[in-house]
Amino acid sequence: MAATGLQTAFRLLLITGVFACGAWFQANGLLPAILKHRSDVIYLIRQHLALAAVSGAIAIVVGIPLGVILTRPRFEMFADAVTQVVNLGTTIPTLALLALSMSFLGIGAPPVIFALFVLTLLPIVLNTIAGLRSVPQPLIEAARGMGMTPAQILRRVELPNAVFVILAGIRTALAINIGTVPLAFLIGGGGLGELIFTGIDLMEPSMLLAGAIPTALLAVFVDFLVGQIQFWLVPRGVNPLR
Amino acid sequence: MIRLEQVSKHFGTMVAVDRIDMEVPTGAVCVLLGPSGCGKTTTMKMINRLIPPTSGKIFLDGKDTTGVDEVSLRRSIGYVIQQIGLFPNMTVEDNICVVPDLLGWPRAKSRKRASQLLDMVNLDPSVFLKRYPKQLSGGQQQRVGVVRALAADPPVLLMDEPFGAIDPINREVIQDEFMKLQAELKKTIVFVSHDIDEAVKMATRIAIFRDGKLIQYDTPDNILAHPVDAFVSEFVGSDRTLKRLRLIKVTDAMMSDPPRVKAEDTLETAVRLMDEHGHVSVVMVGPRGRARGVVRHEVARDLKGLVGEHQEPLPGIVNIKDDLRSAVSQMFTHGVTWLACVDDDGFYKGYITQKSITQVLGTTYRDR
Repeated sequence: MAATGLQTAFRLLLITGVFACGAWFQANGLLPAILKHRSDVIYLIRQHLALAAVSGAIAIVVGIPLGVILTRPRFEMFADAVTQVVNLGTTIPTLALLALSMSFLGIGAPPVIFALFVLTLLPIVLNTIAGLRSVPQPLIEAARGMGMTPAQILRRVELPNAVFVILAGIRTALAINIGTVPLAFLIGGGGLGELIFTGIDLMEPSMLLAGAIPTALLAVFVDFLVGQIQFWLVPRGVNPLR
Repeated sequence: MIRLEQVSKHFGTMVAVDRIDMEVPTGAVCVLLGPSGCGKTTTMKMINRLIPPTSGKIFLDGKDTTGVDEVSLRRSIGYVIQQIGLFPNMTVEDNICVVPDLLGWPRAKSRKRASQLLDMVNLDPSVFLKRYPKQLSGGQQQRVGVVRALAADPPVLLMDEPFGAIDPINREVIQDEFMKLQAELKKTIVFVSHDIDEAVKMATRIAIFRDGKLIQYDTPDNILAHPVDAFVSEFVGSDRTLKRLRLIKVTDAMMSDPPRVKAEDTLETAVRLMDEHGHVSVVMVGPRGRARGVVRHEVARDLKGLVGEHQEPLPGIVNIKDDLRSAVSQMFTHGVTWLACVDDDGFYKGYITQKSITQVLGTTYRDR
């Protein structure tokens, strides 16, 4: 009861805080200035989301099968080597990665998508491997002993028991991804970075905020979305959330 | 029926199982027993080819399993492991239906079967079918694990220390339940264990392994009474004769059709009856034959009157279906050397003495 009381108080405080901020923005004329950029913001959000969605989708489509393959007995010995290589992609600073991919792929969306893909791949591959490895060995032995084929073991036993960890990887990956998209502006990829960087250059806080606030909200929203998917998609028996 | 012919398994240079020959008759429970690393689990896993034998042949119902498709072979053999291995992502119902689903049974049929099976192990289907394994206690999980192996009604069951991870009290209960189930189903079972008491309790045949070799393969009573070498006798324990008590029922050791008196008989009749049989006491029964009390010779010989007036309560009774272990325990509890044996309804059927128990236990030694 005390906890719910505290939660309610916290929520009220948050709402009041947001309202106060809004009122303050309105009072010093910042809110109308931000809203002036409305049509730009909507256009750029679409671009932003497209970059994140395409690169994220490619990373998921490549990362999960890669993780699955690297946990099969025949390829298990390559797992460490491959994760090292993928790890390298994440170790390179994001800005350097963008610069490098620009020098190969030119400017515009393709180098951005490539860089974001490289960045997003690691958490997905690592979590897929970790998730599949954490499936208890007795489960697999029981499945084999009852006459499941390797494909059936993967689909009915391994993946359902690993899906929570895999989705946690996707959640982290997409959060990193969407937070990095603003840098795309630097190599001509568009996105909300356009407003942020231009706002900085012109020393115009309203333009800066018109880019920064939607970026932050998008990151929170995507995280929430994947969280919901995690909640509903993971089988109830192995879902720590419910 | 399962037959192993010269079956061996080598892991590199290590010989895990060395030229095993054995035959498990249909409907028998064969317990593979031995210290860890003796090859018992490997032997069991070669039957459903989870481990392929290096050499030798295994026949199921006369059919060589070497050529058979592994997956369909395994679907026709029930499999229970110590860690239970229920799939946490599936409900109890789906767990039980794994093999029927693999075999493509109609859904209605397999789900009905799941609910019947839960009923057989005293778990209420309306409560447990839709639960997830993590919502079950260890004992309940293992019951589900056992019925899951029975789901597609396979003639053969392989069990790898299935009750090893359960606390001792629950283990006894589940073992008893399982024996009842087996008495009904009469599956051919290969059961791996390292617990001699469990083996004596469950087995029709015990196979003792050591360093990959089959040392002795015999009935529990013969293993306990006539261990072939020092290893086996040490493994079964210095109290092995006490363990044999569990294998013999009271019926087989008691003196049946005993003398008896009724309450309205005179003490002279009682004394005469005792003298005739050379007994020091005689049991008094009720009008329909239920054991009610006892009259002792030393009391009856000096007095006159009716049995009913001088009877004393029975020092101890034992059910004829119990094993000798509980009979002996009763004797020690009450500090007596004999017990009255009654059936389920309390009718007096016979008596059992320490001497008769000693005699039954000794028969096997005199016969050889």
